[in-house]
Amino acid sequence: MISEPALDRLWAMFRAPDLAGTRYELLSELGRGGMGVVYLARDTALDREVALKIVDRVDGGAETARTADTRADAVRALGHEARILAQLEHPGIVPVHDFGELPDGRAYYAMKRVRGDRLDRWLAAGRDVAARLAVFLRVCDAVAFAHAHGVVHRDLKPENVMVGEFGEVLVLDWGIAQLPARVAEGRGGESIAGTPEYMAPEQARGDLEVDHRADVYALGGVLQSMSEGPALAAIARKARAPLPAARYQSVQALAADVQRFLAGRAVGAHRERIVDRLVRVGRRYRLPILLVLTYLAVRMLLLWLARI
Amino acid sequence: MASFPATRHSVVAAIRSDRADVRRSAFDALAEAYWKPAFKYVRLKWRASPEEAADLTQAFFLRAFEKDFFSGFDPAKARFRTFLRTCLDRFVANARQADARLKRGGGATLVPIDLVEAEGELAQQAQDGVADFDAYFHREWLRSLFAAAAGRLRAACAARGRDKRFALFEQYDLARDETERPTYAELARRHGLSAADVTNELAAARREFRRFVLAALREQCATDEEFEAEARTLTG
Repeated sequence: MISEPALDRLWAMFRAPDLAGTRYELLSELGRGGMGVVYLARDTALDREVALKIVDRVDGGAETARTADTRADAVRALGHEARILAQLEHPGIVPVHDFGELPDGRAYYAMKRVRGDRLDRWLAAGRDVAARLAVFLRVCDAVAFAHAHGVVHRDLKPENVMVGEFGEVLVLDWGIAQLPARVAEGRGGESIAGTPEYMAPEQARGDLEVDHRADVYALGGVLQSMSEGPALAAIARKARAPLPAARYQSVQALAADVQRFLAGRAVGAHRERIVDRLVRVGRRYRLPILLVLTYLAVRMLLLWLARI
Repeated sequence: MASFPATRHSVVAAIRSDRADVRRSAFDALAEAYWKPAFKYVRLKWRASPEEAADLTQAFFLRAFEKDFFSGFDPAKARFRTFLRTCLDRFVANARQADARLKRGGGATLVPIDLVEAEGELAQQAQDGVADFDAYFHREWLRSLFAAAAGRLRAACAARGRDKRFALFEQYDLARDETERPTYAELARRHGLSAADVTNELAAARREFRRFVLAALREQCATDEEFEAEARTLTG
């Protein structure tokens, strides 16, 4: 009889990828995404840990003739993701080391193993607004860099951002990212990918003209999940405007408004009431105002003392 | 890319064959794959004694063969093992209601039920904690599937004079528990191999085992769609 531990062992073995013949040794499973599974592995050639993303077995390994095209599509899609990542060398984008094929025909790529927390979990631990916005601005920085290279992420959300042990911020999962040229080719028949909560309406509709402003929309969602107060809410609202033309026209413009908020200046997206403006200006110039008020109080005290 | 073994026919599909000999051999293959999960399921879910469970399991397969139960399976509606379990539940409920031993099987045998083996296995399992009988049946089916694949691997290794490969697989991957499990270095010493040879032989054995699991699974599925869904369940 196959004992309980042996059954668990065989099942785990059956599910695990076959890394024989590669330079990697499987250590554990890190997470599952829409397109594949990410494993922690040891790169035996360089003796370091890496994250291996391996495309899902769309047919569970059944390899029926029916799914041959789908399998080939999955391999192509992962290759596409690896190449996009390889082109984007930025501290906020996880670097790819290697791309290849396993003995069972599935594609994989090796990337830096990022230690830290997913942004949604990092936020759940309770952070002050300045720390949260600092992370947000670093996400904006990485996404703006991708846009400058013509790449649209299309699936930005807190679950796809890692905050490292030393404060580094990395944008992950470029699985459905696209180059504008490919977007313009038209995607008839291609399924609509992304996460509904963060997906721009034009992306959800499957429009052809999805551009970098879809990422601006998603970043608005990320900002909304990590901030409070009318000014930040107004920034998030503007980023999430249903019409792309009504949003910030670039990630830099969105980031600039957040930076203005952090500096205590008026933000473009928010029309303040006079009271709010006075409070904001009061906060921003707290020290000079305090000095002037102290000076005036001392002068008045001296005047009063001179009269008695 | 790993190629699939040549035997890819579905015994579930063959159960509908016009030829009686094909039908019978398909039925035997299904009974072999399912008698043990069915027996254990009846023992635990229906709280049957060993003898009653053996009797009910035997009668179930006998009736299924005589009445052509399994040809009513529609792969568009359910998976075969879910269908079989539903049939089994219905059969046991009816048999209990009628409580007529003669009606159940009358002592006739169709499936070679090894009561001692099955009871021995049950004795090793914690039986009180079964809360989800659907999951229990699935796990027992999986155990049966893996046992069949391990049996095929043993036969294939023996046929090719690679008994050492199976011995390594048996001692390392089929070890009863972690304390019984040797290290690669111990295995290498035991079999007069290098550690690299042990790694390579185990990798090859596992690859073959995976193929035999998929081959056995294919036989138990009626269509490619069901096969893919079952394979996804196993790998998901």
